[in-house]
Amino acid sequence: MAPPSTERDLRLDLFRGLALWLIFLDHIPSNAVSWITIRNYGFSDATEIFVFISGYTAAFVYGRAMRQHGFIVASARVLKRAWQIYVAHVFLLAIYLAEIAYVSNSFDNPLYTEEMGVLDFLKNPDVTILQALLLKFKPVNMDILPLYILLLAGFPPMLWLLLRAPSIALLSSATLYALMWLFEWNIPAYPSGTWVFNPFAWQLLFVFGAWCALGGAQNLSRWIHSRVVVGLAIAYLIFAFAIAMTWYFPRLAVFVPKFVGDAIYPIDKTNLDVLRILHFLALAVITVAFVPRDWPALKSRFFWPAIVCGQHSLETFCVGVFLSFAGHFVFTEVSNRVLTQVFVSFAGIAVMVAVAALISWYRQVERQGGGPRPPAAKPGYAGGDA
Amino acid sequence: MKERLLLLALLMLGSAPARAEQPAECRVAENLLESSFRLPRVTQAISAKHLDVLVVGAGSSQLPGSNGPANAYPARLQLALSQQLPGVQVKVTTDVKAKRTAAEMVKALAAALSASKPEVLIWQTGTVDAMLAVDPDQFSQALDKGINIAQSAGADVVLINAQYSPRTESMIALGTYAEDMRWVALQHEVLLFDRFSIMKLWGELGTFDFNSATKKLDIAERVHDCIGRLLADLVIAAAKPEEPSINGSR
Repeated sequence: MAPPSTERDLRLDLFRGLALWLIFLDHIPSNAVSWITIRNYGFSDATEIFVFISGYTAAFVYGRAMRQHGFIVASARVLKRAWQIYVAHVFLLAIYLAEIAYVSNSFDNPLYTEEMGVLDFLKNPDVTILQALLLKFKPVNMDILPLYILLLAGFPPMLWLLLRAPSIALLSSATLYALMWLFEWNIPAYPSGTWVFNPFAWQLLFVFGAWCALGGAQNLSRWIHSRVVVGLAIAYLIFAFAIAMTWYFPRLAVFVPKFVGDAIYPIDKTNLDVLRILHFLALAVITVAFVPRDWPALKSRFFWPAIVCGQHSLETFCVGVFLSFAGHFVFTEVSNRVLTQVFVSFAGIAVMVAVAALISWYRQVERQGGGPRPPAAKPGYAGGDA
Repeated sequence: MKERLLLLALLMLGSAPARAEQPAECRVAENLLESSFRLPRVTQAISAKHLDVLVVGAGSSQLPGSNGPANAYPARLQLALSQQLPGVQVKVTTDVKAKRTAAEMVKALAAALSASKPEVLIWQTGTVDAMLAVDPDQFSQALDKGINIAQSAGADVVLINAQYSPRTESMIALGTYAEDMRWVALQHEVLLFDRFSIMKLWGELGTFDFNSATKKLDIAERVHDCIGRLLADLVIAAAKPEEPSINGSR
């Protein structure tokens, strides 16, 4: 495999930043602005983009560390990162618990006696908090970070294999995905059910991202740029768009032949349906075909807000989750008029950009001020985090 | 949204006199009633002048208080059906208990069906499954099983999905379960009463304020009354001998 280029690909930061914005918009319930997000126009959504790019950047950053400093040091860094994300998750959980404790104290409506039962777990916080620390109790919309933690925790041996035998590594990941479908593997959740993002399924996209970062993308580039593949990708995206329209306009559903419906439904997000992977791949092919790596606009001011968010993805993600709670709070307590929803959505993105810019600035200051470690030892020095 | 409002305007132009007996607040959601499948056993029962309905549900099919049973939507459904089907003896029996998942309701279903021998089963479910995050596959399987049991007991089936509940939206992920109910309904060619979308539309249009914190029952009673009426509209439209068209040209 050819050695990967050493300069960070700004397209990754751009699209991860955009994915984080979309995740934020989608996580505010009943948000009119979430109509613009890609999940409404096809099978896949921002989660695929986020997981793929996270795998890509993890391999990019820790792959180099593993080559330079060996397996042990690189693994330690990966696990340190997983720990940071775990702490971030617990922090968000504390905010979530505060929000719902407020709702349970302030909201009473005979219409929703049943629904308020969802707060019953506050009656035994010991069990709930313990289950949350074990990543088994995961409140709504707080499933991505636990997935990310687990994927990173299992990443060192996979990275080791990817550096030596990338094809075998990718094949083993695909095998795990297939076995998951065959034997219905998943991790149990609390109080019932299983993980919303099945790690045995989603690891495929993460490993595929890592594989691309370590030279796979270059090997594929001849295929990606072929007219046939681009044409197929466009055709598939149009198909997915047409199907998605039948979800919003049920009267169109009669135009979907029964055998097509039987073949594609249900489109399983938990287990990362093949249709979703294909949709993501089609989007990726189109993106790579029309957005070149050295596209000058990537360095322009216009894309900077998304890129800076993508470069500090963990912090931006956490701020986004917090803001989506806050946004929902505004909708229920103040106003849920469409104008408010638009304002909350844009204000939230502005805050995410501001926080990312602040972190970016602080890192630069730290670096110039001669911090305790030389810059070369920092993972992600090439312009952001894994 | 735009499309809905347009439809709404068209509906009001075309159908204002047709359903004058309905309170205006309910009517805004009429275009969300999809009667694409038939209820043949209900059609027969109406012509035989005797209709038995069984409502199976959980906590959102009941109201608290001593007048709860009379004001909850199953009783309102019985009233609306009796009014709209003069001469037909309508009887609605209920098997409603709070905090039940779809699978738990299925366990009690055969007994309830053989006790009341209904022509149509109206089955409200999905909320508790979403709250407990039951495996969506198991939820779909429970729906499959319940529909099969009802149909082999000689009953048509109407499913009702969860309530729209803005205050708990960030805590209960209803989406997957609502979608599952839609697909299961489509696969079995049974009707879905899309309570979630109807209530959401009411919330958007300001028909009802679902955010208000109150101990009073007035809004809850009006919501249940509207649901009962719209359910009756759906059942009657889907039982009409000719092509059903509650959305189409009127």
